[in-house]
Amino acid sequence: MIKTMLTIALISFAITIAIATVRIILGPSMPDRVIALDMIGVNLIASIAVISIMLKTRAYLEVILILGILSFIGTIAFSKYIERGVIIERKRSR
Amino acid sequence: MKINDVILRTVTKIVVFIILTFGVELFFSGHNDPGGGFIGGLVLSSAFVLLYLVFDIETVHRGVPFDFKKIAAFGAFLAVFTGIGGVLFGEPFLTQAFGLFDLPILGPTELASVLLFEAGVAFTVVGVVVTIILSISKDV
Repeated sequence: MIKTMLTIALISFAITIAIATVRIILGPSMPDRVIALDMIGVNLIASIAVISIMLKTRAYLEVILILGILSFIGTIAFSKYIERGVIIERKRSR
Repeated sequence: MKINDVILRTVTKIVVFIILTFGVELFFSGHNDPGGGFIGGLVLSSAFVLLYLVFDIETVHRGVPFDFKKIAAFGAFLAVFTGIGGVLFGEPFLTQAFGLFDLPILGPTELASVLLFEAGVAFTVVGVVVTIILSISKDV
């Protein structure tokens, strides 16, 4: 029972990631692509958690934390590049 | 144009410490679990990259007044130096030792001299990654 549910969840996450990839390729504007990348990160985290439940191991929990950190930093970097055109500022501008 | 980023700065001031703590935990989880010097150093340097992203270079350098090139050099020196430590006892280069010790609070703990080597690797990774990020972000 739980195995079937986890498999269905994994397939749904895979479909979501595929749809987000289509949005990244087609996406009319740059913020669409950034949001789609962030969505792919969240779905990757969720699917790794599901795989970790299926395999009954705790070895993947660090992977989840690292993916969360890297997805957070990547989204911030992309948004700042779109908003200001510069990612790391040399001196305080305000 | 004034950009309001109060939420980002407030979140970063808390999240940086979580990332640093997780990096140290990865560093100490050693060779029995996923972790070690390289990955711990990468996570620590991602915390520094987040600081540089949210604040600017001058502000961060006022709070963290280290020259990261010197940190990388010190890490490489430390890693090679632990290798020489094995030579002093008549063993091959980079021989590592470990043992079980009874510590006052922690109880029986396994201490390995590979920890010093891993510390050198972590220092090197942090220094090199932050130096690369700062170099490629220079104004064109």
